[in-house]
Amino acid sequence: MIGHLSQLPGADNPLLWILGVPLGSAGFLAVLRDWRVAAWVNVLASGVTFASSLVLFEHRPEANKLLFIDDFNIYLVVLTAFIGLTTAVFSAAYIARESDAHRLSDLHLRFYHSMYQAFLFTMLLALTANNTGVMWVAVEAATLTTVLMVSLYRTREAIEAAWKYFILCSVGIGLALFGTTLVYLAAQPVMGDGADAMAWTLMIKRAGEFQPDLLNLAFVFVLVGYGTKVGLAPLHSWLPDAHAEGPTPISAVLSGLLLNVALYALLRFKMVIAANGHTLTPGPLLIMMGLSSLFLSAFMLYRRGDIKRLFAYSSIEHMGVITFAFGMGGPLANFAGLLHMTMHSLTKSAIFFAVGIISQNAGTKRIADIRGLTASHPVLGWGFVLAVLAIAGLPPLGVFMSEFLVVSSTFARAPLLAVPLALGLLLAFGALVSRLQMMAFGTPPLGGQSHGEAGTVSSILALTPLWVHMSLVLVAGLYLPAELVSWFQTVARLLG
Amino acid sequence: MAGSAPVMTQMSYDMAHLIGATVLMAGFQLLYQRRLFAVLNTFAFQALALAAAAAWQAHIQNAPHLYVTAAIALVFKAMIVPFALHWLVERLGIHRTVETAMSIGWTMIAGVALVALSILLVLPVTANASALTRESLAMAMSVVLLGLLMMITRRNAVTQVVGFMALENGLILAAVSAKGMPLVVEISIAFSVLVAMTLFGIFFFRIRERFETLDLGDLETYRGDRQ
Repeated sequence: MIGHLSQLPGADNPLLWILGVPLGSAGFLAVLRDWRVAAWVNVLASGVTFASSLVLFEHRPEANKLLFIDDFNIYLVVLTAFIGLTTAVFSAAYIARESDAHRLSDLHLRFYHSMYQAFLFTMLLALTANNTGVMWVAVEAATLTTVLMVSLYRTREAIEAAWKYFILCSVGIGLALFGTTLVYLAAQPVMGDGADAMAWTLMIKRAGEFQPDLLNLAFVFVLVGYGTKVGLAPLHSWLPDAHAEGPTPISAVLSGLLLNVALYALLRFKMVIAANGHTLTPGPLLIMMGLSSLFLSAFMLYRRGDIKRLFAYSSIEHMGVITFAFGMGGPLANFAGLLHMTMHSLTKSAIFFAVGIISQNAGTKRIADIRGLTASHPVLGWGFVLAVLAIAGLPPLGVFMSEFLVVSSTFARAPLLAVPLALGLLLAFGALVSRLQMMAFGTPPLGGQSHGEAGTVSSILALTPLWVHMSLVLVAGLYLPAELVSWFQTVARLLG
Repeated sequence: MAGSAPVMTQMSYDMAHLIGATVLMAGFQLLYQRRLFAVLNTFAFQALALAAAAAWQAHIQNAPHLYVTAAIALVFKAMIVPFALHWLVERLGIHRTVETAMSIGWTMIAGVALVALSILLVLPVTANASALTRESLAMAMSVVLLGLLMMITRRNAVTQVVGFMALENGLILAAVSAKGMPLVVEISIAFSVLVAMTLFGIFFFRIRERFETLDLGDLETYRGDRQ
């Protein structure tokens, strides 16, 4: 442990701020009594973290044995910090309204804000760790913080969901550790004892000399382990419950961030496997799990009666599509996968922002009880319509573009695989659009659903993140800056 | 630590093998217990064997930090956790017989099959590693799979937690046997926090009912989504 301390970043290193601010504020928020102040401290801390992450573009720190930044993780760090910030803004509004309704006590709120920052810290640590062990500890800690937040409402359902999440993901995390140990054992004869044999930057250079059989076995454990956290079928069953029963800002960060980070961990291991060159190709395994997630969730979407569960299944669907794209591999499919990861994060968290306000207004999460949103709350309702159409894959929004790229790159290389992929996407599209029609149009139910739309500070706060995300998705669908494209292409090549 | 490691003798190999086999045997014993307190005692025994395994690896690898892992296994897992669970079972009036989802005989057969699978998988792929690492790894993987089997075939929350901790014992056994692996202490601390949280959860939320939701077949009947 003492040896690692010398590896900590100095004050001029943006990584110190990116990791230090969330960690420090998690501690500070744990002792801050007033939740109104805490909500703003939460926004401020997330803002500073996001600003520091932008500095990475200008000043990329040297990799050391503990932390590193490369072309791949820099984009996920910025995306994570950005969604962390917008969700913090949404959360300030959401929490204010929950607290007015007396659904949460002051102690719970203190705990919630502290855990929110602790969660951001673990996500960013997992992304920047240059050591498979540190990354594992960070993902494990992320599980703990989110379990605590999912159980925040203390209802029977929330506790059961948290317990299920906890048990399934703990097993997943355990298997991922076994895989990590096996990768170390494969690396150790080549790299020598100690931390060198766990450092991504060093492993990737000499991966060709690792023993391929051991890497194969390790990858199976890593895939099942981190795959549980990605929510890939058939290991997904924790995901809908955890999304549905926790506070809505947590659903947004679970879908928008946690799933990406787990997938990132999986892809890092895939890079080592790909650099080895003598192993089994991981592609077919990823393709199979991707397609099964896509189909399972596409059918499940038709049977959902709960609005948060509906979109949780849609997250499984999209993680399936992304995993499929990375399983296909090659520059174009990897490019599509990276783009889809970004678009899905932005759109899905926007949807959960809208869902949070909708279910607060309607006082229920039942789809059957939600009607006529565009008539009763135009700004919210049309934002919701836009976001759901985006996630369903309608042009010209960003998700359409990335899905189109996944399908067309598959069609070019393996036309037979493109058929089930397109079919799954269409099935999911049908389910989402039919549900959207029920909720967005028609006559709103009587009984004063109209409150909350007036120009109060909290409703503006709650709606801004939604529209910011949707504008980004719209712009990305119409025009991607050339720098962004060339950068995604560099990363796509790295992924092999 | 490099260079100063003592030459591996037959004795150190046999000892490591014996202790690892004890952990594995305890993993089997967990499968056929019918009373909850017997499960807890068997788990304590397994944790004790794990502590011995970690201490022995610390000795033969000349890696003093592994003594910390051994101490965590001894104090936390072999004493505090079984004691706390014992107290919880009495305090919450949890049902004291083990509810199984699969008969004990079939569970044992499945357990034997999993151990055979581990040996068949691990031994060929670790041909280059030392004999010590190979066989410890095969045993560790067996313990992991037996823990998983226990989680699947038992229905009470407490036995599921014990299954998870048995799985974790296998992971720590693998980590201490991997020569020179860094962060083993941090990893065992991280696991201890996880386990402590679980106990805390059982106590505060009075989770004593059966949780069958790990079965995929029950997914559709989950009450949160009933119409």
